[in-house]
Amino acid sequence: MTAAGLLQVGIYLGVLLACVKPLGSYMAKVYSGSAPLLEGVVGPLERLLYRLCGVDKSAEMTWRQYALAVLAFSLASFIAVYAWQRTQGWLPLNPQALPAVSPDSAFNTAVSFTTNTNWQGYGGETTMSYLTQMLALTVQNFVSAAAGMAVLMALIRGFTRHTSHTIGNFWVDLLRGTLYIFLPLSLVLAPLLVSQGVVQTFAASHEVRLLQPTVDAEGKKVTTQAIAVGPAASQIAIKQLGTNGGGFFNVNSSHPLENPTPLSNFLELLAILLIPAALCHTFGELVGDRRQGWALLAAMLVIFAPLLASTTICEQSGNPLLAQLGADQAASDSQPGGNMEGKENRFGIANSTLWAVATTAASNGSVNSMHDSYTPLGGLVPMWLMQLGEVVFGGVGSGLYGMLLFAIVAVFLSGLMVGRTPEYLGKKLGAFEMKMASLAILFPCAMVLVGTAVAISSDSGRETIFNTGPHGFSEVLYAFSSAGNNNGSAFAGLGANTPFYNGLLGLSMLVGRFWVMLPVLAIAGSLASKKSVPVGPGTLPTHTPLFVVLLVAVVIVVGALSFFPALALGPIVEHLLMAAAL
Amino acid sequence: MIQQLRTATLVLIALTILTGGIYPLLVTAIAQLAFPHQANGGLIRQGERVAGSELIGQPFSGPHYFWGRLSATVPFPYNAAASSGSNFGPLHPGLKEAAEARIAALRAAGSPAGAIPVDLVTASASGLDPHISPAAAEFQVQRVAVSRRMSEDAVRELIGQSTEGRQLGVLGEPRVNVLQLNLALDRLQAK
Amino acid sequence: MTRTTTRLFDRKILLDAIAASFWKLDPRVQLRNPVMFAVYLGSILTTILWLHSLTATTGESSSFVLGVAIWLWFTVLFANFAEAIAEGHGKAQAASLKKSRTTVVARKLTGSAPGKHVQSEDVPATDLKIGDVVIVKAGETIPADGEVVEGVASVDESAITGESAPVVRESGGDRSSVTGGTRVISDWLVIQVRTLPGQSFLDRMIAMVEGAKRQKTPNEIALAILLAALTLIFLLVAATLLPYSIYSVQASGQGMAISLTVLVALFVCLAPTTIGALLSAIGIAGMNRLSQANVIAMSGRAVEAAGDVDVLLLDKTGTITLGNRQATRFIPASGTTERELAEAAHLASMADETAEGRSIAVLAKRQFGLRGRELERIQPHFVPFSARTRMSGVTLEGHEIRKGAAEAVETHVRSLGGFLPEDVRAAVQEIARSGGTPLVVSRDDLVLGVIELKDIVKGGIKERFAELRQMGIKTVMITGDNPLTAAAIAAEAGVDDFLAEATPEAKLSLIRDYQRGGRLVAMTGDGTNDAPALAQADVAVAMNSGTQAAKEAGNMVDLDSNPTKLIEIVNIGKQLLMTRGSLTTFSIANDVAKYFAILPAAFATTYPALKAFDLMRLSSPSSAILSAVIFNALVIIALVPLALKGVAYRPVGAAQLLRNNLLVYGVGGLGVPFIGIKVIDLLLSAVGLA
Repeated sequence: MTAAGLLQVGIYLGVLLACVKPLGSYMAKVYSGSAPLLEGVVGPLERLLYRLCGVDKSAEMTWRQYALAVLAFSLASFIAVYAWQRTQGWLPLNPQALPAVSPDSAFNTAVSFTTNTNWQGYGGETTMSYLTQMLALTVQNFVSAAAGMAVLMALIRGFTRHTSHTIGNFWVDLLRGTLYIFLPLSLVLAPLLVSQGVVQTFAASHEVRLLQPTVDAEGKKVTTQAIAVGPAASQIAIKQLGTNGGGFFNVNSSHPLENPTPLSNFLELLAILLIPAALCHTFGELVGDRRQGWALLAAMLVIFAPLLASTTICEQSGNPLLAQLGADQAASDSQPGGNMEGKENRFGIANSTLWAVATTAASNGSVNSMHDSYTPLGGLVPMWLMQLGEVVFGGVGSGLYGMLLFAIVAVFLSGLMVGRTPEYLGKKLGAFEMKMASLAILFPCAMVLVGTAVAISSDSGRETIFNTGPHGFSEVLYAFSSAGNNNGSAFAGLGANTPFYNGLLGLSMLVGRFWVMLPVLAIAGSLASKKSVPVGPGTLPTHTPLFVVLLVAVVIVVGALSFFPALALGPIVEHLLMAAAL
Repeated sequence: MIQQLRTATLVLIALTILTGGIYPLLVTAIAQLAFPHQANGGLIRQGERVAGSELIGQPFSGPHYFWGRLSATVPFPYNAAASSGSNFGPLHPGLKEAAEARIAALRAAGSPAGAIPVDLVTASASGLDPHISPAAAEFQVQRVAVSRRMSEDAVRELIGQSTEGRQLGVLGEPRVNVLQLNLALDRLQAK
Repeated sequence: MTRTTTRLFDRKILLDAIAASFWKLDPRVQLRNPVMFAVYLGSILTTILWLHSLTATTGESSSFVLGVAIWLWFTVLFANFAEAIAEGHGKAQAASLKKSRTTVVARKLTGSAPGKHVQSEDVPATDLKIGDVVIVKAGETIPADGEVVEGVASVDESAITGESAPVVRESGGDRSSVTGGTRVISDWLVIQVRTLPGQSFLDRMIAMVEGAKRQKTPNEIALAILLAALTLIFLLVAATLLPYSIYSVQASGQGMAISLTVLVALFVCLAPTTIGALLSAIGIAGMNRLSQANVIAMSGRAVEAAGDVDVLLLDKTGTITLGNRQATRFIPASGTTERELAEAAHLASMADETAEGRSIAVLAKRQFGLRGRELERIQPHFVPFSARTRMSGVTLEGHEIRKGAAEAVETHVRSLGGFLPEDVRAAVQEIARSGGTPLVVSRDDLVLGVIELKDIVKGGIKERFAELRQMGIKTVMITGDNPLTAAAIAAEAGVDDFLAEATPEAKLSLIRDYQRGGRLVAMTGDGTNDAPALAQADVAVAMNSGTQAAKEAGNMVDLDSNPTKLIEIVNIGKQLLMTRGSLTTFSIANDVAKYFAILPAAFATTYPALKAFDLMRLSSPSSAILSAVIFNALVIIALVPLALKGVAYRPVGAAQLLRNNLLVYGVGGLGVPFIGIKVIDLLLSAVGLA
């Protein structure tokens, strides 16, 4: 890791952590019913929306009603996104005259965006009209994120309420999250991004005469370049803030018009982890013990930091095969060096790996470098971060509720080890909570393993694998790790825009979203109905370094034991082969 | 459930108008008023003609131009209508072939022997990377200078003008904008 | 007190357990434990694979398949054995209990008028119904649990308590309950039957220790769910490895796909078999430890709850203090000497046969050498204590000597024209403040002084409470004393809180208050008036000497009637959970080493590069896999003693305890299999098996 790289990572983490407390407190206020800062502006709009939609602000929901509302909203969203894609050919704001998206791709994308996965089976600039990008994708970037946060808030209420049947109102949580958190932040971030060069226009693509003509694959002379543009900045802002990641362009945030400068890169990176990190503090404030939130954040950082270091070291050390050919991969003042395949010069190594690790830690599937071209172990890290269940920061809301599931398991184990029925934040954990937590951890895991197995066992699955050898296996494993855990990141070599992958990955995303969300809501309901046990000297404290270590151990052990064989046959053996090839 | 679906539909419609309609229009208005140049793709105009974008690279192959990164876009390199990376894994034969072909081309165009900066033999993520490293520019100075019959120092001076340092002194990597450098070369010689 | 203890590996129990291990291969038994059932299916599958390998060429040596199959069967058998041996210990205890449950003939009274039972008929004890009245004479066995309605007798309860000294049972009061199966030694008792045959304490106790009625406790269920989920994950890991391996063979163009045998071996090694195999043994052993402590629990749930107790309500008398107050000091009024006071006190207590009265005589004797006077000569007239006057004393040689509570004596002397001097009043208050009981002594209208009676706190009790505090348990002393006295004793004994002037209602509402605050409350009790509180408490230990009502209300019965037994019960509850938690951690931590043994071996032909992971440098792929399987089986047997004895519990804070157990079972669990597998591999290659 270079000194300049370390410095940038340091600044990034410093700024991120500095934002945690103020933003976390603000969000706590939003979800506990008051938002003094923006009340004057947003309040009237909020009340108008309640009236228009017939939402009774004070009506409380049981966990089943809450779950039903989430499902109903996701279903409506799915139908809408599917319909927009299928009809875009007849609709306005389509300067490139793009036709309707194919049914399987439209299905996949609709699932992808309503589940906050934002897996891109398509190339944005060649598939989606501006109208679709706005009304289907941007909207889902907001609401699927707000839905994830809402479910987290329901779970937090499970901890804070006692002997209660209800866990809040989904519509209120959804609307307040959108109005008070995502919209204001996006409105700040989007213009900042434009100032750096992110496009925001409704014009068609620009025709540019090439300074030097070139030839295409068939040997025909090419003299012009069509530069795709569009209303990108408004979507990029929320794509990062809502840990969505579905880009405006095919290559996502490595596209110079989506992420043009190191500063835009910094701002987008900040936006990616901003809310998931700050939610830890929100959690701490809402449960009435800030240390609980810091402990979870610490656990996330403890996993994050070493993984970031290792992937950076791997990428910085470069590809030995290129070194053999005479490439100079040493970092210096005049070049970033390292494995530059699939990376942009303005980002170099450190900003690429930081992005890769941050986006796969959070369930933000955006990329500013091509993970498929990473060194084997460098690529293993993002893949494994997803396999951990997207709990290291994770998606907005979904990451923290995922982490809380692991905390429940950790508390259970440690409770047994100290000889007391486990309790977390004053709630005794019983068989029901364990059943739901086990389901939520088991299903995404199973989806990844089984999905990969099905894909590599079928001809249609194998057909579109791009890379050879173990790396081809990694491509498929990465795709299912991403879909099953609602990340959206890809080893993009895999041709995933086929009916086979669109269907199977779509299914994985559904499982990854709802098979976690529903058990979480069930736990929320069960916890809310329980009595609150006061903290006593026999209670195992859950804000201590010891508990952080245990929590980290549980996350890592479950992730490692479940995926070690698969990783061994993919990136690990590839690494050994690469070392042996020298 | 019917009631929930009704509410769901209403909420979705309301939020679609708000976040899918009003929000992007508002951002577009701000963007077009405050940052018209950036918001429209950072186009470089030479009189009436659009010579390219500050942010989008172009393919170069002659010895008299600085070359950029390899581009894996199809059907031709630097196709800004369909961005794409190579997605070659580290052991993919294509990676080696592409690098070897680039090295051979560089040598054939008269580049010096010795280690080649890695960004010249690898494809960028977007296929549209407008930059190369200062080391990659320096590597090509001699060839361009010879080909254009300029002094190397004159070429270096132009490189200096097209070089961006770390943003705010710390962020990102130092880099040279290839299109702007080549445009500057052409402008200088056109005089 | 003798306790029914059996050595951990009694020869008879061992042999029975080995036999039972095979009986338990019945699939219906196996189905009860999902983890082990999966192993069971794996054993059957590998056996079939072995038979198949004998007849067809499979590319795998049939001796290897046989080796794996055999050791998988051993894994199942070892799990059965662990459960069987725990059950064996329970049965051994039950058997000694059963001996006392011989068929008893009961003399059922048929006459109706109370106290005038003229007729009786002999019926088998099994025919008795609730409400029947029986008479039991010296030498006879009490036919059923019941309440003494008439008579006083000494009863030998050694069958259930192990205590050889007989106890007195009498009608009325707190010693009226008798247990079926115990024997009347002297006199006779008329008993009203309170339980149906087959449901007596003895029966329940036997059922409990035999495990017939053992139901899974809440934490056990939660853990079983977690283990089932882990098993499923590892099943998927192993199952998906087959297609992964087939693809890898294609991708690398060499080697053979992983065999089913290896997949089954991998699965069994990864599945939490260690804890899965020992889970039910741990539960049974916990109950056994409880019955070894002479406590009968009505359910396993109660034992587990004992580990969670936050608040312990303890009766002052008998638990915290010695049963009775003792005289410790004479404080004379001004103008009276201490000796004069002592003499008067001594005289007044002459006929007082209560422990308190005796202690006054003892103190007077110790301090002033006073002895009993020749009572004949002075012709004393003793005045016994009465609830009306609240005094006792003696009238002799024309003098009225009285002792009693300050107010009572004051009233008495005032009626004679005297008064209570201020210095005496001050002394009375000072004694009360310090937790003692003041007894004022008067002669005629003159107040002579005060005797200080004090509660004597049991030796070592303070340390026990400190221990409880360390465990996170709050102790609350329950006493009928006034708050002043109670506070002083509470301070001396080191309890955290006290309830003074406790009435049954106050007790009940105290428990409810704690429970509303989310606390788990444990208490002991013996009297009928304790019953409501016992019924309300989460863990309620009734003294076996107590009334039937108390026993019905509690969820445990302490046969030794030892009120500090609660502490032991809490320990056992905690141990039960800790043993499960620690072995779960150990079991999962073991998986790391097993991966390092099996994966390189499984892909030796496809990706020889993975040999880099063979940290243990095992001699061959088949030896590596076999060693892991053997280790996995043997570790179950190795941990049986731990499962039976339980993980040691030390009363330290929760964090400290977690740190220790994580170090031992987590870190230890990572390291041990590396050594174990390597050693087994060396042995296998030494004997040429691999």
